[in-house]
Amino acid sequence: MDQSISWITVGSVEDIPRQGSRVVRTAYGDIALFRTVADEVYALEDRCPHAGGPLSQGIVHGARVTCPLHSWVIDLASGEAVGPDEGCAGHCPVRVVDGAVQLGLAAFRPGRGGCGHG
Amino acid sequence: MSTHTNPSTPRERLVVVGNGMAGIRTLEELLAKAPDRYDITVFGAEPHPNYNRIMLSPVLAGEKTFEQIVLNGRDWYEANGIKLLTGDRVEVIDRANRTVTAMSGLTVPYDRLLIATGSTPFIIPVPGATLPGVVGFRDLADVDTMLEAAARGGRAVVIGGGLLGLEAANGLKVKGMDVTVLHLMDTLMERQLDRSAGALLRHELERRGITVLTGADTAEIVGNERVSAVRLKNGQELPADLVVMAVGIRPNTTLGKAAGLACGRGIQVDDAMTTSDPAILSVGECVEHRGQTYGLVAPLFEMAKVAAARLAGGTEAAYTGSVTSTKLKVTGVDVFSAGDFTGGKDCEDIVFRDAARGVYKRVVVKENRILGAVLYGDTKDGGWYFQMLKDGTEVAPVRDTLIFGQSFGGEGTANPKAAVAALPDSAEICGCNGVCKGTIVTAITEKGLSSLDEVRAHTKASASCGSCTGQVEQLLALTLGDGYAGEAKAKPMCKCTDRTHDEVRRAITALNLKSIPDVMQRLEWRTPDGCHHCRPALNYYLLCEWPGEYKDDSRSRYINERVHANIQKDGTYSVVPRMWGGLTSAKELRAIADVVDKFAIPTVKVTGGQRIDLFGVKKEDLPAVWADLNAAGMVSGHAYAKGLRTVKTCVGSEWCRFGTQDSTGLGVKLERMTWGTWTPHKVKLAVSGCPRNCAEATIKDLGVVCVDSGYELHVGGNGGMHVRACDLLVKVETEAEVLEYTGAYMQLYREEARYLERTAPWLERVGLEYVKRRLVDDAEGRAALNARFLFSQSFSQDDPWAERASGSVDRHEFAPLAQVG
Repeated sequence: MDQSISWITVGSVEDIPRQGSRVVRTAYGDIALFRTVADEVYALEDRCPHAGGPLSQGIVHGARVTCPLHSWVIDLASGEAVGPDEGCAGHCPVRVVDGAVQLGLAAFRPGRGGCGHG
Repeated sequence: MSTHTNPSTPRERLVVVGNGMAGIRTLEELLAKAPDRYDITVFGAEPHPNYNRIMLSPVLAGEKTFEQIVLNGRDWYEANGIKLLTGDRVEVIDRANRTVTAMSGLTVPYDRLLIATGSTPFIIPVPGATLPGVVGFRDLADVDTMLEAAARGGRAVVIGGGLLGLEAANGLKVKGMDVTVLHLMDTLMERQLDRSAGALLRHELERRGITVLTGADTAEIVGNERVSAVRLKNGQELPADLVVMAVGIRPNTTLGKAAGLACGRGIQVDDAMTTSDPAILSVGECVEHRGQTYGLVAPLFEMAKVAAARLAGGTEAAYTGSVTSTKLKVTGVDVFSAGDFTGGKDCEDIVFRDAARGVYKRVVVKENRILGAVLYGDTKDGGWYFQMLKDGTEVAPVRDTLIFGQSFGGEGTANPKAAVAALPDSAEICGCNGVCKGTIVTAITEKGLSSLDEVRAHTKASASCGSCTGQVEQLLALTLGDGYAGEAKAKPMCKCTDRTHDEVRRAITALNLKSIPDVMQRLEWRTPDGCHHCRPALNYYLLCEWPGEYKDDSRSRYINERVHANIQKDGTYSVVPRMWGGLTSAKELRAIADVVDKFAIPTVKVTGGQRIDLFGVKKEDLPAVWADLNAAGMVSGHAYAKGLRTVKTCVGSEWCRFGTQDSTGLGVKLERMTWGTWTPHKVKLAVSGCPRNCAEATIKDLGVVCVDSGYELHVGGNGGMHVRACDLLVKVETEAEVLEYTGAYMQLYREEARYLERTAPWLERVGLEYVKRRLVDDAEGRAALNARFLFSQSFSQDDPWAERASGSVDRHEFAPLAQVG
């Protein structure tokens, strides 16, 4: 991961329910943090590429989330919709250091339908 | 010419601090390479020769004696001319003069020093942690303390559900103690096991009589003279005669730090195992290498090899870090884990579950290489996976059979059919009915059976929970060859399983399955935690089957049911307070109006079910909105639920000139009885006071039409996408009968419909005659269904709004984690 990223601590892993999500309000809009059943943490723009649904409110399964509005399935790592749907929610660099969740917000790329992640 | 052959050149002096596995393995390697290069002195703080620390668990369990785990007896040290000083802890390293001084005052000079001080158990800093009766699980002295305590019997509390803690717990249980394991996380051995394997392990330990408490946070160890109890942060107190702390280890850096060596979490070493002082090397659990510390034995041995080569004069050997694997040393519990099993971007999970044998395997593959593996119940292929993991072996050629293990690798014959073919005739196929392979095959050939149903009818195999259906089908195919046409397959629940909704429901009952991971394991799910199709269904089935017992899994619920409000297209929510039978009052309307003003709610609408819907509420405002509505006496209308929504009414005999009965009053009674229930899909009821049917009762899931002589009950209606008018179920004479029929009908639907199947398609699928048979013809069955419904209701009629408004439930749902920038 890019060494130049500056990391902002936003909370602890334990604050995010397993198979659940929490939202971080940022100047770039809401970022949804997800924690999988295996305790991985991912960060996506909190907008489904389809109709803007809040992904943070979806059901998390494996490393995917299902949008609560129209059941698009989004890959948590890439932000990409799982086929046959196409689109990307954009993702934000995230890491966990000693239980603290850190966002690399400056490197965040929003999605806007077609995939813009790096 | 080597130095030792020349008596005029004294041999170099090597001092080893630490008589454990890493230090002595280094000496073994060194002696093999350069037997005479050093005069060697070993200091050991413990009074024993070198023993195999990882075998302490079998010693505790009484499966091995101490003598059996000694690696090198005193004769070995003598034979190799090593001076062994046991029971004498080194306290000072004088780097300037190159000497070490031990507790006894003995000072020994060195040319090269090897620090292998290992690690110490981490003791959680809670009050009482130093009381007598509180031990770690690290050395033979700890084991002796535990054995002494076990000999007196009584209760042991083991803090820590990791590898060591569970081994300690098992040992103490075997020795006759009453054992409870406290674990902070909700999965045992969460660093090594995923949730499925952790759940299996937990079941096995509980089967052995060990109590396991997860999410248990220790607040205090209670006792005066010695330990008497452990108190948790939630106030629970567990009596204890012995407390074992096994929450982790810390590199023992005391000596290294005091000597001024560079230390992080451990004594820092480079790839040559050299510390910041070139004369001093360090190996084992006390070191930090490239930011990593290790608590498993394999890396220590790899370090030992490198340190020995360097001590022998080599300049090439380098340690580059270790990939580790773990096994649990509890007899009869086979657990293996290696590498990274959490998965992630571009990773694929290959999951294998054999419920009958209690086997679970998961291999994580990324770009055709193994990234990690978790095996439970059958670990014989652990080494094979681990080797491929370390070597970065391309697994594409064996991808299809990878999960079946090495014996299938490369042969390309691995398939479930071959596995069944290989079974002996005596192998049990159907556990529910105790039917073995031979019986099934004989029945197929002798009775000329050609379908699953026939096999079920003649042998009972696959006739109960159905988890062996796949195997029975394979036996049909094997026995009949092309003569077996296969079954007209009912649609499976989702892509995670081959089982149908009905099969899953039957299995939950027959196999007494009580949690989602249980179902997934026993029914051999192909994914680690299901998907958005199966999880809500399983959650519902378990909730319906085990009222009062199964704990709802909110993470397997759709957002509306999780936050008890309806998500709308812009991500805001709508809120519908319950109005019993459609009645409201000035007080309620005033409270609603106040809420609308206070929270600037943009839209207020009357719903099709005669309730008031408040649209555009922000999620974080929900608890406050509910609190205000609750304060005015209103509760949640469950307008979001796969449950009872509304009971629509007309005014009936109280006001209407045509009304024959008190339809509003009956509506209120029905709603009071049925609210809060969870059902396969939403349920709407209605009561009309006369056949003019102003409440539109004949397009509801259940509609009551009042007539002069009593009540007509109509069922299976739907005003939705496919409009369906109700069928007349029965005509009854009293309100009490209406209530009993309604409860029984709801319960039949709850117990037998598939998740997300509304009553209309359900009724069409099973037929009106069937429902009549169960409800009308069978008075006893009807009463029993109603009783089960009311029993279930006794647990479910809590207002979810009040629970959440109080902040005691799901508080995290309603507040952002953070605000940044």
